[in-house]
Amino acid sequence: MTVPAGLDRRFREAAVRSGMLDAGYDVVDSPVGSLLVAATERGLLRISFDPAPDHHLELLARLAGPRVLRAPRLVDEVRRELDEYFEGHRHAFDLGLDLRGVTPFSARVLEELARVPFGETATYAELAARAGNPKAARAVGTIMNRNPIPIVLPCHRIIGANGSLVGYGGGLERKEALLRLEGVLL
Amino acid sequence: MSVVATIPPFETFYDAHADEVLRFLRRRVGRDRADDAFQETFLRALRAYGRLAHAEHLRAWVFTIAARVVIDTHRRSGEPTAELPELAHEDTRPAYEELGELTDSLPPKERAAVVLRYGYDLTYEQIAAALDSSPDAARQAASTGVRRLRRGTRT
Repeated sequence: MTVPAGLDRRFREAAVRSGMLDAGYDVVDSPVGSLLVAATERGLLRISFDPAPDHHLELLARLAGPRVLRAPRLVDEVRRELDEYFEGHRHAFDLGLDLRGVTPFSARVLEELARVPFGETATYAELAARAGNPKAARAVGTIMNRNPIPIVLPCHRIIGANGSLVGYGGGLERKEALLRLEGVLL
Repeated sequence: MSVVATIPPFETFYDAHADEVLRFLRRRVGRDRADDAFQETFLRALRAYGRLAHAEHLRAWVFTIAARVVIDTHRRSGEPTAELPELAHEDTRPAYEELGELTDSLPPKERAAVVLRYGYDLTYEQIAAALDSSPDAARQAASTGVRRLRRGTRT
């Protein structure tokens, strides 16, 4: 692309101000790797450990509508809170969430997940029970694996009944890194 | 087999056409005014993008919007505006080639409406967005243009 960076930035900012975007995204640097972050006017829509926009554009368009644009301004607030979290200054996120495309049971589980505090863990079965279905530990595992907004919805705090980390959508080493950051692991 | 292309995410559309549209605008309104015209073109496209019925001829569509912005730019600065929207020469579309010559004599808006409707098969919604008017006005312009052509060919 040979459109000068300044002009490109100006257009993207004007697009955000116009309120016409269905979703905006940007790539955000973090200690656990680059993250693709997408938001709508309802709130945070996606965080992905795979930062290649091309892998997400179609999905974002399907979820929110075709007017999807890289728009750093739209995710500024998310970037700021993530930075604070990784610097250890923030223990709870104060962000609106856009959970469209999530089934009702998943939404209930994710809501309960959001209540698991910084520095603590819960088991898959405990989370299933809190969401009203104690037998759904396995389903909860699947929901954690497909968590559309990891880190902010802290699926890294959900572990096996025997204390093992079990798995993580972004890879176990990231789960370990996040739990170390929160002082759960040494 | 005909596949109706789904509308690509706006980022993909912008990425595909931004360079070429900027070059076009620089030629038509000069470097100084091209930046504003560029922003205006893609904001207009963004406004209409959610209403697009299909993803065909998006290049012709965005160039029609850009041509419209060129006219508005000239008009604002009091320059002559008789200029035709320069319809993009798109891929392999002989229908347009023929229509392009056939419609040379029409007023700009009618010409654009006729070519976009019958040459490119755009919907009136898309044409309205490109011409910055309403679907009804676009339909009206296309039908007036066609009537004018019929009259013209008879004489």
